[in-house]
Amino acid sequence: MFDHWLGQLTINAIPYDNPIIMSAAAFMALVTLLVVGAVTFYGKWTWLWREWLTSLDHKRIGSMYVILAMVMLLRGFVDAVMMRVQQAMAAGADPGYLPPHHFDQIFSAHGTIMIVFMAMPFLTGLINVVVPQQIGARDVAFPFMNAVSLWLTVASAMLILLSLVVGTFSRAGWTGYPPYSELQYDPGVGVDYWILPLVISGAGTTMTGINFIVTILRKRAPGMTLMRMPLFTWSALCTSVLIVLAFPALTVVTVLLGLDRYAGMHFFTNGQGGNMMNYANLFWIWGHPEVYIVILPAFGVFSEVISTFSGKRLFGYRMMVYALAVIALLSFTVWLHHFFTMGAGANVNAFFGITTMLIAIPTGVKVFHWLFTMYRGRIRFTAPMLFSVGFIPVFAIGGMTGVVLAEPPADFMMHNSEFLVAHFHNMLIPGALFGYLAGYMYWFPKAFGFRLNDRWGCIAFWNWLIGFLLAFMPLYLLGFMGMPRRLEHYGNPAWQPYLVVAAVGVVFIAFGILSLIVQLLVSIRHTRENRDLSGDPWNGRTLEWATASPPAPYNFAVPPVVTGIDAFALMKQAGTAYLRPASYEAIVLPRNSAAGFVMGGIAFGFGFAVIWHIWWAAIAAALGILAAVIVRTWRDDQDYTLPAAEVERLEDTRFAYLESVPEAALENGDTLDNQPLLQV
Amino acid sequence: MLVRFTLEGQGGDGGCTGQVCRNLRGGAWKQKRNMERVIPGRLSRWPFSGIALLVSGCHPAHWPVLDPAGPVGLGERNLILVVIGLMLLVVIPVFVMTFWFAWRYRASNRQAVYAPDWDDSSVLSLLFWLVPGTLVAILGGIAWFSSHSLSPYESVDTAVEPLTIQVVALDWKWLFIYPGQHIASVNRVVLPVGVPVDFRITSDTVMNAFFIPRLGGQIYAMAGMETQLHLLADQSGTWYGENTQYSGRGFPYQHFEAVALPDSDFATWVKTVQDRHHPLDTSSYARLARPSVRNAVVEYSPVKPQLFEDVMSKYVHVGAATIGTTPR
Repeated sequence: MFDHWLGQLTINAIPYDNPIIMSAAAFMALVTLLVVGAVTFYGKWTWLWREWLTSLDHKRIGSMYVILAMVMLLRGFVDAVMMRVQQAMAAGADPGYLPPHHFDQIFSAHGTIMIVFMAMPFLTGLINVVVPQQIGARDVAFPFMNAVSLWLTVASAMLILLSLVVGTFSRAGWTGYPPYSELQYDPGVGVDYWILPLVISGAGTTMTGINFIVTILRKRAPGMTLMRMPLFTWSALCTSVLIVLAFPALTVVTVLLGLDRYAGMHFFTNGQGGNMMNYANLFWIWGHPEVYIVILPAFGVFSEVISTFSGKRLFGYRMMVYALAVIALLSFTVWLHHFFTMGAGANVNAFFGITTMLIAIPTGVKVFHWLFTMYRGRIRFTAPMLFSVGFIPVFAIGGMTGVVLAEPPADFMMHNSEFLVAHFHNMLIPGALFGYLAGYMYWFPKAFGFRLNDRWGCIAFWNWLIGFLLAFMPLYLLGFMGMPRRLEHYGNPAWQPYLVVAAVGVVFIAFGILSLIVQLLVSIRHTRENRDLSGDPWNGRTLEWATASPPAPYNFAVPPVVTGIDAFALMKQAGTAYLRPASYEAIVLPRNSAAGFVMGGIAFGFGFAVIWHIWWAAIAAALGILAAVIVRTWRDDQDYTLPAAEVERLEDTRFAYLESVPEAALENGDTLDNQPLLQV
Repeated sequence: MLVRFTLEGQGGDGGCTGQVCRNLRGGAWKQKRNMERVIPGRLSRWPFSGIALLVSGCHPAHWPVLDPAGPVGLGERNLILVVIGLMLLVVIPVFVMTFWFAWRYRASNRQAVYAPDWDDSSVLSLLFWLVPGTLVAILGGIAWFSSHSLSPYESVDTAVEPLTIQVVALDWKWLFIYPGQHIASVNRVVLPVGVPVDFRITSDTVMNAFFIPRLGGQIYAMAGMETQLHLLADQSGTWYGENTQYSGRGFPYQHFEAVALPDSDFATWVKTVQDRHHPLDTSSYARLARPSVRNAVVEYSPVKPQLFEDVMSKYVHVGAATIGTTPR
């Protein structure tokens, strides 16, 4: 340990001879410099530290999660482009443009990033911003733990980004199957760069799950019984339960693999008593609930968006809640369908095939309920609504192919083929990502006080939809042609035309992403015209629209009293939505804390040290995290009191804005049916 | 389309010059031992070759899942088509309703009924659970019966005596051992038409998956364990076989040929290989097992008895429960 202070880290860890990686590294460095330069130029370091990095406010934390998700979406997308271009080229004698064996790092990074560092932060961010407001609460149950979750996730994401430049990333896929991921076959740091971020961010996510279960069960406003909660909150509750029950399995399996790699143990190795089948089981006991964790919040978003933009109550509230709960429960009964081909035998395979198909029932119920929410509504096709309406039919195709794969003998043909790749992207993109993008555009005015440009949002939608169809429908066909997944090169030229079409699809998706960026820039430029003065830009139905946009730190000066489902719609109908209270009381809020940010930084160091076997640093970092926790816990002045006069002042500002909005618009929302929505 | 070959590995034709091997060389794909093909031009000429490829892509041979050459593949294909057909009963109405409702109930259409508070209907709710429920009940029944009839551990039902072939997944090639015939081959498996084949599969490296798309579904190959796959070829031909489980650097090149010959031709082939002396013993196996890509087809005879069992037992932990056949 003492003869090599830097562990396995050497200067050769940086791949100087690889121009693709070096240009990516240069790009990342440039972006970092630009951001740092801009913050310095505008003199915003104190503001950044005080308002964002040390904030314990769930709205700030949620926004930072979404920003992280967007950044990682870009990185994961670049991986996707590289793969599609490589596969479009690399037929027959053409080796493609990537150096050999580089493709394998790309598909591994792409999957890991998109699921763990794009989807998870995105849904966590939306839940963070919205759920406390939807239940009439002031913050989550554990604001400091919330910040720790965020910074642990950010630390892990930074490790993944660093893996591109210092060392290599795993080649074992996002699933990391042994024995390929064991030391015997993968002696480098790659798999460790995969294990450590999963362990660190997994801890953060587990804490988020705990936080939201407690928040939703204990922090609801008076009158809000469970069966009066908005559907998005219900989806957040189910998601949180899934997180708390499933993530420990991921932590266990990655730690066990880590023990194999670091301590010479034999949980999953070839020989010496190891059994790779145990890995598959443990991984997917997490892995399957994970994909439901990813989709349920999107379902919640669709319920809110479809109801609001159809101007109608959500059809079948009770059934929708039951369907969510049944999906959550059943998600723990299906994991074996990820390895039907591992030879479990007909009885076991059939059982899991049947349970997998059972989940299609409540999912189908939800699809019909969304359709019948639109039925006899008055539909406004804003960008969030386009994403939601586009989701329904395309997701149905994915559901159909999922049922095909759920039949074990069909899966024997299609497992690990491009058909499988098409199926799960069919669930993740039109399902999860469209939901997150709809939620992002829907709740953006609430978080930042101005609307996003709707026209660019619609352009983004069409590009994403066309791009998705072009990129993935050919992959279904390739499955029928016998093409397996994860190929950096192939000999059958008949596959190439379909892969070229898929590459064209990725160009459309690139335009979709570009449109999202343009949308944001255009909206920031025209903040004034797009300002959300009333806090209710869409004629919303749930409590988050009762607060100002952006809300005061405490959300509600006086906790609202809830009388039914769609509490805010009821308040608007009864004329009690914008009543000034007789008096205000002082409000206690959590002080900012640097401990979350610091713990994240140390966790990054810990992860890096363990990956490179720099043991003294790893121990120091572990002790540092412990020290940060102790210092934080010892602090007596964790809260501050906002005096009643200050609350009154903030509320007066709110009411001043409200007064500037026309009466009719207040009752029906800023945007009446015959008013143009887009503001340019 | 013309295909040109370069032969690698042990020079020339691997020592196979008889009529059978000449037939193999003139097989359906005009393929030789490795799968290297030359496509006219690269991207500069791809629009034309692209169109040609799309047209040639309609050849049934390019759609192995839809054009099975055996009863197992046929059963699996039919299952896939039945499931798609049944699910379309739901998917098509969903499409119709989405477009219909979105169009009819758009805000600018003032003629449509607007019922903002209508949010419940017992009849519809019942239907929404019953329709998917019934469908899933049917599909579930299909799952039960087809999982048993198409189980990889279930012998194909014929009166014919099965042939056992042992498969060892290596980096990055496939070794096929014929224990009854004491011969073996690398990257080509020759099967008799109409005879059920009892594949016994293991790995001497990481997890692989053994798959011949035109004959039937795949199964994992795992070190220290034996999995089984029962297939039958009911026509002769030369088909593509592959590994679908990513296994490292040579994974894209880890494909093999599956050749089905009429019974007599198969017997001739066996005899030809047996007559040659190219032993597969401990040392030649150790050489073979070393990581390599694009291996030429090589045949061995005689093969060390119990070689397959020896490969498996390397990974069995002394004192642990027996890891032999995986359960049915």
